[in-house]
Amino acid sequence: MSGIWVVVEEREGRISRISCEAVAAGQKLAALAGLTVNAVVLDAQTEALAAEVAAKALAKVIRIEHPLLAAYTADGFTLALQQFFAAEQPDFVIFPHSYQVRDYAPALAARLGQVHIGDVTDVAEGPVFTRQLMQGRLSGIYRHTGNGPCFVSVQAGAFRTAESEAVEISAAEVTVFKPTIEPAQIRTKPSEPFRAAAQTVDLGAAQRIVSVGRGIKDAGNLPLVQELATALGAELGASRPICDSGWLPTERQIGSSGQTVSPKLYLAVGISGAIQHLVGMKGSQCVVAINKDPSAPIFEIADYGIVGDLFEVVPALTEAVKAAKQ
Amino acid sequence: MKIIVAIKQVPERDAQVRIDSAGKWIEESGLQWALNESDAYALEEALQLKEKHGGEVVVLSAGPERVSSTIREALAKGADRAIHIDCADLGKLDALGVARLLTAAVKPENPDLVLTGLQSEDLGQGQTGVILAELLGLPHASLILHVEKTDAGLTVKRELEEGWFQSIELPTPAVLTIQSGGNKLRYATLMGIKRAKTKEVRVVAASELGQQTAPVVVLERIALPTKHKSTQMLSGTAKETAAALVEKLKFEARVL
Repeated sequence: MSGIWVVVEEREGRISRISCEAVAAGQKLAALAGLTVNAVVLDAQTEALAAEVAAKALAKVIRIEHPLLAAYTADGFTLALQQFFAAEQPDFVIFPHSYQVRDYAPALAARLGQVHIGDVTDVAEGPVFTRQLMQGRLSGIYRHTGNGPCFVSVQAGAFRTAESEAVEISAAEVTVFKPTIEPAQIRTKPSEPFRAAAQTVDLGAAQRIVSVGRGIKDAGNLPLVQELATALGAELGASRPICDSGWLPTERQIGSSGQTVSPKLYLAVGISGAIQHLVGMKGSQCVVAINKDPSAPIFEIADYGIVGDLFEVVPALTEAVKAAKQ
Repeated sequence: MKIIVAIKQVPERDAQVRIDSAGKWIEESGLQWALNESDAYALEEALQLKEKHGGEVVVLSAGPERVSSTIREALAKGADRAIHIDCADLGKLDALGVARLLTAAVKPENPDLVLTGLQSEDLGQGQTGVILAELLGLPHASLILHVEKTDAGLTVKRELEEGWFQSIELPTPAVLTIQSGGNKLRYATLMGIKRAKTKEVRVVAASELGQQTAPVVVLERIALPTKHKSTQMLSGTAKETAAALVEKLKFEARVL
């Protein structure tokens, strides 16, 4: 067995932030398990990214290179990593829990007879891994009991990158691994990513946001929340189900698939706080949550919480804000 | 086009979940159950594909007896028939164990397409569809919002992060995991509910689907989440809490 391997992803040519957090998770696990941390990067060309990765406190960096890895495909990435890890026999493989990893890591683990532990928020002595259950209302503590490598992906924002910031340009040994991939083995044909129609609302620049979720029950109740937003001079945002139902345009969606915001004030109305929403707003300076369910996970990251019926609390709040301005 | 939709029954969204006495799972007695949301979108996509191109929609679900109510709901919405893998201790299996059961049930059906929601609302692992594709030896795409049938197979719209999308071409048979929001969900009609009662539900015991292997990942225990922030909870009447909050926002947080 050969220690801990972190699969690093790039974003606009640099290590993605969540990949840095995956390295930090690897280092935390290394301290618990007494193992070394290494990294792999995959692409057609990996020299620049590998150099950036090598500046982290790592033992080895492997450049997995193949022309067929230029565009991400589940088939290509699974084959390449399977070949590398079958030879390397890692103890642990750590990924960032990105949309891309979710697309292939479960298949890679299954191909090696293992089960991936995804969306992990903590690692502790054992090692055991914590991940959320029931949309964040509960935590599950998981243990890998198989004989092969343990595959784990870490949730965005769960591990602090401070300890993984660039140290001295270390002497991480960088080598190239060339997997064998035939064009016929890549069964899907991806196109270039594209964005939806031009955004007309830039929630990222808003100082105050009032955001609405499922608790509003019906599109006809939205004016209630709009009035509060107007009184506060705030933009209106929403959680995914509101946009899925077509009650508000998708450009007002906040979360992993929508916009990421960090206003001074984020007021969440009737939003339970599933992680997909939280990742889009947890950088907010002050978070207020109004929800009828005291166990809603939104309260875990709120500065101020009101457990109550939003149909009573929101109009009262609108009045109080208006009164305070006079 | 023959489409299999793998669906899961999960606790209803607003259900108050409690940890059971062993600390290993939630207390299931008294819970209300529902069709997992993204699975409802997978079913909707399948029904729309059938309406456009003809064929058959078969729903597949694993779980104890209670799962039959969710299966009936899917039949009432328009699925043609169902396979219920009767498994009382689904929670003892890991994601690979569940996918193995589903694979054994899917294989003899030889479908053109297998759809499932991208993740369950209870465990939230988001792995079943991807492992199913691996075990069936089929290509897959995940987080799909839209499916179009082409001469060569399928063109699908995949959701990426932060408002980006991608289209992917893949041959059939294939497995897709469906993201919520791509379509508008239908309700079951009275006629649909009536007809569902006469549709075929084949119950297969999990033990008939091959030897179960020991899990390689176990959920050791469950706990309440640890709080990272100290939250000030405001209580009183709506008017009192509103006034208190405005005070706090103005003078303590200084964000008004």
